[in-house]
Amino acid sequence: MKQSHIRNFSIIAHIDHGKSTLADRLLEATGTLSDRERTDQFLDKMELERERGITIKAQAVRLLYTAQNGEEYVLNLIDTPGHVDFSYEVSRSLAACEGALLVVDASQGVEAQTLANVYLAIEQDLEVVPVLNKIDLPSAEPERVRDEIEEIIGIDASEAVLASAKTGLGVQDTLEAIVEKVPQPTGDPEAPLKALIFDSWYDSYQGVVVLIRLVDGVIRKGDRIRLMASKSEHEVLKVGVFSPHLKDIGSLSAGEVGFITASIKVVKDAKVGDTITHVKRPAEQQLPGFQEVKPVVFSGLYPVDSGDYDDLRDAMEKLSLNDSSFSFEPENSAALGFGFRCGFLGLLHMEIIQERLEREFGVELITTAPTVVYRVTSVKGEVLRVDSANKLPDVQYIDKIEEPFILASVHVPNEFVGGVLSLCEEKRGRQREIKYLTSSRVMLVYELPLNEIVLDFYDRLKTLSRGYASLDYEHLDYRPSSLVRLNIMINGDPVDALSLIVHRDKAQYRGRELAAKMKEFIPRQQFEVAIQAAIGGKVIARETVKALRKDVTAKCYGGDITRKRKLLEKQKEGKKRMKQVGNVELPQEAFLAILKVKESK
Amino acid sequence: MLSIYLHIPFCQSKCDYCDFFSVAVPHPRFANYPALLHQHLELAARQPEWQGPVHSVYFGGGTPSLLTASDIAALLNSIDNGFGLATDVEISLEANPGTLSLAQLQGYRAAGVNRLSLGVQTFDNQLLQQLGRRHDAQDSRQAVMLARQAGFANLSLDLMFALPGQTLPALREEIRNYLELAPQHFSCYGLTAEPDTPLGAAVRNSHTTLPDEELYADAFLTLHDALESAGYRHYEIANYAQADFACRHNLVYWQRQPYMGLGAGAHSFCDIDWGQRRATANDLDAYHAALQTNTDPAETLETFNRQTAMAEALYLGLRTRQGVSEEAFRTRFGTGVASAFPSALTELANRLELQDGYWRFRPHDWLLFDRLIQAFF
Repeated sequence: MKQSHIRNFSIIAHIDHGKSTLADRLLEATGTLSDRERTDQFLDKMELERERGITIKAQAVRLLYTAQNGEEYVLNLIDTPGHVDFSYEVSRSLAACEGALLVVDASQGVEAQTLANVYLAIEQDLEVVPVLNKIDLPSAEPERVRDEIEEIIGIDASEAVLASAKTGLGVQDTLEAIVEKVPQPTGDPEAPLKALIFDSWYDSYQGVVVLIRLVDGVIRKGDRIRLMASKSEHEVLKVGVFSPHLKDIGSLSAGEVGFITASIKVVKDAKVGDTITHVKRPAEQQLPGFQEVKPVVFSGLYPVDSGDYDDLRDAMEKLSLNDSSFSFEPENSAALGFGFRCGFLGLLHMEIIQERLEREFGVELITTAPTVVYRVTSVKGEVLRVDSANKLPDVQYIDKIEEPFILASVHVPNEFVGGVLSLCEEKRGRQREIKYLTSSRVMLVYELPLNEIVLDFYDRLKTLSRGYASLDYEHLDYRPSSLVRLNIMINGDPVDALSLIVHRDKAQYRGRELAAKMKEFIPRQQFEVAIQAAIGGKVIARETVKALRKDVTAKCYGGDITRKRKLLEKQKEGKKRMKQVGNVELPQEAFLAILKVKESK
Repeated sequence: MLSIYLHIPFCQSKCDYCDFFSVAVPHPRFANYPALLHQHLELAARQPEWQGPVHSVYFGGGTPSLLTASDIAALLNSIDNGFGLATDVEISLEANPGTLSLAQLQGYRAAGVNRLSLGVQTFDNQLLQQLGRRHDAQDSRQAVMLARQAGFANLSLDLMFALPGQTLPALREEIRNYLELAPQHFSCYGLTAEPDTPLGAAVRNSHTTLPDEELYADAFLTLHDALESAGYRHYEIANYAQADFACRHNLVYWQRQPYMGLGAGAHSFCDIDWGQRRATANDLDAYHAALQTNTDPAETLETFNRQTAMAEALYLGLRTRQGVSEEAFRTRFGTGVASAFPSALTELANRLELQDGYWRFRPHDWLLFDRLIQAFF
């Protein structure tokens, strides 16, 4: 395939702005998807992806398109995840492209979620092609939105494609724009092999399927390859493309996008961002940008029913086959019994894993409050890695505690700057830079402790900027900090699974709010339930859930016994979702109450 | 022995809190409804699982007093022909104040009705209006007087508590009003906002506020104390009676004895094997259609095994003051309560006691009945 006839592109869009529908239309218009195969949101394969409208795994689909100039082009659509938790994965997917469609709802305008990814695309020198979608709606304002794109993002939108993925309007124009505007790939087919891994997953028939972008050279079935970062060697079993179904084509050359399978057993061995080269004629340097992805947020996952422990372990093993950024190891809690300490890329990633475990594997879970990894130096000089409040040694054994800091870039319209500044200050941030990108757009760069981000920073940023702020961050370093363990006691007994590590200045407030929030979540029981928050031995807050006084059906009418009795049986069934701690029944939400605590204003 | 419940699913208008099956008259299915009941009865009389004599009959609704005295007389006659009425049979009829004439009441009495249950609900006229009732306090007093005049010596009055805005002093005043009428029996129930009712919607939209659970509990206990000291025994969670006036039909439900339901939306309990619950659909057209083709309109809701029967016997029996007889339980199920439900008894250690051969809750623990009883499920 001649490089002049290849276009590699991805689609960037805000949730609900029609990315999946447009992708479906492109597949249909190019005949990639037959009518029979049409399902909505073809690329979002997981039930969860479809429901939430988020993409978790990248996909790459090859479309064959005969342009108006009569020539046939190969268009590789690379679908990327769209959340800050996955920004590294997104950056690698974008690195596989030369261009990106920026899909914007013509009545909603530019929204924040798209911005972080657009900036990533611009940083990587991608050609951004604006598409104004939902142009058929009466509320569409293409002119205003065009101006907005130019103003906010700073790209020329005068030739933006007007489209309606729903009616099919503008789909041809979109395809033409891809051919015309997205640059062709460059790269030397004769040079030593360099292929970028931008995703991989485990398939029970194929083994690990690795998505790659050929930068230089050619890869063929039977080649001996080396993964430069993993330093492992394999034999290529299959080389192909998705069109949209897996198709073996024997080889891929510079500029092309496709997949390989090799003797790779687990996804952990095919890391996103790694470079594939030949064993015999290796490239001298790997492609830039590779990072070892490490979980940054940890929480405990426990089966509600302790009898489900083995099922949970099996389920986690299966999930981790496909998700190398998810880690787990056994831990146990006095309150919750046997479970696992799990690591995630962020809160969304945590929610996704939790939901998949519950949904796809049928295990009911208790999730404990998320935490980051602290570095604790003991008085003896040992350095401990603490990923759970319960592993924090007693005060007298601690020389110092350090917490991870990140460098956060927030892009925000002018009018919300004040709000974002005070949020960052409240979150113990240190300002590094404040820069006007345009007359109405500002970039704030802050050093922030990661544990503040983990709690509710992202949600609050979105709320106070009405969704217009975008967040991107990178890890910085560890810094000494004044941190303490906040313990929660239920009827006088400390519940280990509810402990938190918090900054000393915030402990008082968080303790009070947490106790109050838990009171909302804990249903009345047959006796009074006292919730106390304490630091060391000192109680700083107390709330009481009053004893249940009334739970009775007055009357059964006309002998209809069945209906009410079944309701009670169902209630009893529902109670099994609660965790018995001592003699108190705690619902699942109580363990995550800290995430619902609102900061003072 | 058998009890029979006849459901009369017609009302002059629907009350805002009611989620029982009933439709407003005039209604095209009203005129020949008694005829359908007769047909239904004939069909049931041929089923071997129902064996007379009948020791209680209950006309419930809806508003059974929409039927004429001769309708009632004819139905009772058919029941007698089909199953035989016991000599001491209890025959109850629900009636609404404000719709009853002396002649009508005399007619019911002459037809054989010997127990009248009046839907008084409250003596607060404003609340009556708010609940969508069509009568006022004066109608209630009048109805009681007429009933006595017609010869009813066994009167039951409905009393609703936990009404919107109702304070404890207001409830005490309410009880005084009721006691002045000296009925033999009270049905007392706290107002509940069922989701699919106008009241439910009003509570959801905060147009109406019901008393909180503290006030509900206090009202329940206030009623208990006041009525018990006035000589009424709190014989079941929602029922009080003077000596010998406990409603036999009501106790049949809680003692898990057989009852046959006739009419659309009526429920039955049949004691073949470990028991079977049946019901006819809440659908007048379907009821009509089934009987047109001489098909039994009842469908089986659930069939019990020994374990579920034991649990249900406790669920029902523990609602009564008398409680569940250890001996009767053992005779029926071949095991004692304690060995059948060891973990439930541990869980309920301080609440459930065995006294004089009966397992029972104390009346104040009835407030948590729905919670406590789940120990047996």
